[in-house]
Amino acid sequence: MAETPLWEVFIRPRNGLAHKHVGSLHAADAVMALQAARDVYTRRGEGNSVWVVPSSAITASDPDHAGEMFEPTGDKIYRHPTFYDIPDEVGHM
Amino acid sequence: MYSQGLIGADGRTGETEAFLAAFQARIDAEEKIEPKDAMPEGYRRTLVRQIGQHAHSEIVGMLPEGNWITRAPSLKRKAALLAKVQDEGGHGLYLYSAAETLGVTRDEMTEELLAGKAKYSSIFNYPTLTWADIGTIGWLVDGAAIMNQIPLCRCSFGPYARAMIRICKEESFHQRQGYEIMLTLCRGTEAQKAMAQDALDRWWWPSLMMFGPHDAESSHTEQSMAWKIKRFSNDELRQKFIDATVPQADYLGLKVPDPAMRWDEALNGGKGGYRHGAIDWDEFWRVVKGEGVMNRDRIAARKKAWEDGAWVREAALAHAAKRAARKVAAE
Amino acid sequence: MHEALLEIADDCLVLGHRLSEWCGHAPMLEEDLALPNMALDLIGVARGLYARAGEIEGKGRGEDDLAYFRGEREFRNCLLVERPNGDFAATMLRQLYFGAFMEPFWRAAAASTDDVVRGIAGKAAKEVAYHIRHAGEWVIRLGDGTEESAARMAHAVEAHHRYSGELFESSRAARAAEAAGVLPRRSEMRAEWDRVIGMVFVEAGLTVPEGVFMQTGGRAGLHGEDLGHMLAEMQSVARAHPGAVW
Repeated sequence: MAETPLWEVFIRPRNGLAHKHVGSLHAADAVMALQAARDVYTRRGEGNSVWVVPSSAITASDPDHAGEMFEPTGDKIYRHPTFYDIPDEVGHM
Repeated sequence: MYSQGLIGADGRTGETEAFLAAFQARIDAEEKIEPKDAMPEGYRRTLVRQIGQHAHSEIVGMLPEGNWITRAPSLKRKAALLAKVQDEGGHGLYLYSAAETLGVTRDEMTEELLAGKAKYSSIFNYPTLTWADIGTIGWLVDGAAIMNQIPLCRCSFGPYARAMIRICKEESFHQRQGYEIMLTLCRGTEAQKAMAQDALDRWWWPSLMMFGPHDAESSHTEQSMAWKIKRFSNDELRQKFIDATVPQADYLGLKVPDPAMRWDEALNGGKGGYRHGAIDWDEFWRVVKGEGVMNRDRIAARKKAWEDGAWVREAALAHAAKRAARKVAAE
Repeated sequence: MHEALLEIADDCLVLGHRLSEWCGHAPMLEEDLALPNMALDLIGVARGLYARAGEIEGKGRGEDDLAYFRGEREFRNCLLVERPNGDFAATMLRQLYFGAFMEPFWRAAAASTDDVVRGIAGKAAKEVAYHIRHAGEWVIRLGDGTEESAARMAHAVEAHHRYSGELFESSRAARAAEAAGVLPRRSEMRAEWDRVIGMVFVEAGLTVPEGVFMQTGGRAGLHGEDLGHMLAEMQSVARAHPGAVW
């Protein structure tokens, strides 16, 4: 028998926050996945909104390419506010 | 709820020295390893096995306690026990999910369990005979589990550590509800108190065995410790458990069934601790190898649930396929 | 009056207990979590109603006295909820039938003249709305799944439909509670029940049976044989230690 598909579950703890990945589960379709997510991952009031996404629909970056993907930003310190000197008497900026 | 670390995991690995050294350096720097990162085959295999055993322990662990859901003596206890057993199902689910990130499926792990090829915590091969067993399991077995599980929240493998954080958070009520049951029994009638002592007598030694063989006999501890899959040795955790539990038994007015148990100033590096009598390792290995009272029944119960449910899972998939086809046809 | 509340409390406890029998034995792990959620909702409602019933009765009986120290002739639950679980199709159908009745019932009970009932109703209406959703989706999937699941679902309908009529009957105690505005009139839930069941059945490819003789008796303590076994198990520890605290 085919295996029941895997889904990734994202929950928003409360309005104003982003949905955050909390885990995964198995369900035959989206409706059942959503119900299972409610029953599995929100038993203690963990959230007020749930997303489920088929795990197979996620495209992930390759850790082997992490160097070329993410390291080039490391020396672009001028993107950060602390790179710029503003005299204290100017106040908060 | 967990389990003597792992039984028979093979951490051997065939990568180059340079690769292994680089990996070890990441571990030593307390970097978390994530599923798609390069990792030694032995590390992956050890984790699949350990997380699988841990997940199976949760799932099989639903059965001995589930045995008393329908007989819980008050509605409050019934609700708490049902919620607790449900949590264990959830913990199994989180753990299977963590193992699945390593490329093994839940169905494969389930098949292994049902075929008797996968191990789970031997404690669940003992029967629950009275209501006091529910209190004792919560107090001792969950207590032992917490000792084991808190360090796993810092395990080097990210998905396992994250699952454990969630599990530990949820489990904090389990031990407390167990101890509260014991406290109520011990403050109750003579019959209730006798029931509590009898349960402690039966569960004490199996609980100590949950931490696994003595360090000297634990074959894969060293590699697992180096990889930070395991962070304390079996004996260290067992000692910690005993030191925490003996005073709790005293408070209940119950006697730990170990005539050799005594306070020893020399233990714990001079801080003192309770020295325990000899553990019957023959019993431990016998139960691990399948000759506990309940081994066969536990697997048979899981097998029945899995097989009886096959038509349901099939129907859900068939319906999903029909619905998808209808949607395509409509477009 | 307290007897009318006991009827509903018994419905909820007996069905919650039945669902709890599944825990650890469900067709998939996700259902091992879903079924106890429904059971816990029902047991919670039962506890609230028992407490209120005991209070109104005024004999000092609490939730556990009422749950554990009454025998099968004293239990007032309807026959539907005491039916053994059977297979997953039967369990889900039983849940849908009960939920489809209780949802409009609790919505109407939000206007109860009794503060406690009003409070319970507000919470219970939301809980049971989810039970309908969950059980309904399963009835649809099993009804319109494989040949085997469709046959099992049709069998579940055949086996349970005869217990649906009793849901809409009001006992003498219930009629008094209805007249006092404490509980809504059970017969008034009919249209909504028919609508929900009809909707689910169309999607599930199931037919609502016609001309079925409707069994009744639970409200008078006239049960089938299964309830006695369920209670014997449920009450065994409590009854072996009368007066004990747990």
